[in-house]
Amino acid sequence: MSEDLSYYGIAADWWPFAFILLAGWLPTDIWRTLGVLSSGKLDEHSPVAAISRTVATALVSAVIGQLVFYPTGSLADIPAIVRIGAMAAGFGVYLGVGRRILAGIAAAELVIFGWIAFSLWA
Amino acid sequence: MRTDGPPDRRGLYWFAQGAKGLMTPPAFILFSAFVGIAGLSREAGLTWIEAAFMTATIWALPAQIILVGASVAGTSLLATAFAVLLSSVRLMPMVVALMPELRGPRTRTPTLLFLSHFVAITGWVFAMERLTDVPRAYRTTYFAGFAVPLTVLNTILVAVVFNLMDNLPALATGALAFLTPVYFFCSLYGSARELSGRIALFSGMAVLPIAHALAPGFEILVAGLLGGAGAYFAGRIAEGRRLR
Repeated sequence: MSEDLSYYGIAADWWPFAFILLAGWLPTDIWRTLGVLSSGKLDEHSPVAAISRTVATALVSAVIGQLVFYPTGSLADIPAIVRIGAMAAGFGVYLGVGRRILAGIAAAELVIFGWIAFSLWA
Repeated sequence: MRTDGPPDRRGLYWFAQGAKGLMTPPAFILFSAFVGIAGLSREAGLTWIEAAFMTATIWALPAQIILVGASVAGTSLLATAFAVLLSSVRLMPMVVALMPELRGPRTRTPTLLFLSHFVAITGWVFAMERLTDVPRAYRTTYFAGFAVPLTVLNTILVAVVFNLMDNLPALATGALAFLTPVYFFCSLYGSARELSGRIALFSGMAVLPIAHALAPGFEILVAGLLGGAGAYFAGRIAEGRRLR
């Protein structure tokens, strides 16, 4: 069983929940708890704090990149050029209209739904 | 009503004041992000109960998308936990910064530990902006009025949206799942305090194809560590130049 401890590695109903708690809840709430217990003792300007912020950002951007460049499921049915175009349109509009996230999301979805409409029609 | 009346009614008043924040644009933006999470979880083959459970227990979107990504990639428990650990580090300085604002004269530590679970970007920004206008004795109540219902509502939203998607064509669920990357790219860009944070947004993505080829199964972790460290040093060099 130590062979494959992945999300679908153990075929038991409880396993996904154990996985979520051990790999999701525990490593997240531990920081919240440490934050409460150590408040007033941590310097957020220290290099360690600064580098942990950039690593956290890069981790999430890598996940974003995976969704855009190497998606699975029905995201993969959307051609790469449409995914990249939607991402670029979303970010471009977000910057263009004074950093409004909802406008960026709307622009990206417009590109995707535009492609869906086009492919149904063509 | 604000200053007189029995203490329990004043508590209710401040709880309701906090809950009013649920009708503001940041809350709506978060709802749209969780619509994306519902789509993403469904794509990954999770059940709606798992998706809702994850939302309530983790309550941190980056950690959730890493976990969903890991389920698809077949990443091991330890590697997933490590990636989530790294992605959630940011919560510690956020909680540290929030505590002096939140703590009242008679606030007990267990109360703060409970409330800390509901600290994520949206609730944190809301609290840091508005707590100064709330009497100290009612700040935990005010924060609870916003943050706890926000988590509960999003958990319900994930469950409902997930099940509604059964009736949607596959392409439409793909389009909804695409909400997540756009939301994150824009919100991380907007909330980056330093230049290095914005560089990390691009470097993490740029390193991904290399990590994908060299370390399949660990690409997120590798791209995060290399991209993040690179962004930190690039940011330092750039800011050093500006100072000179």
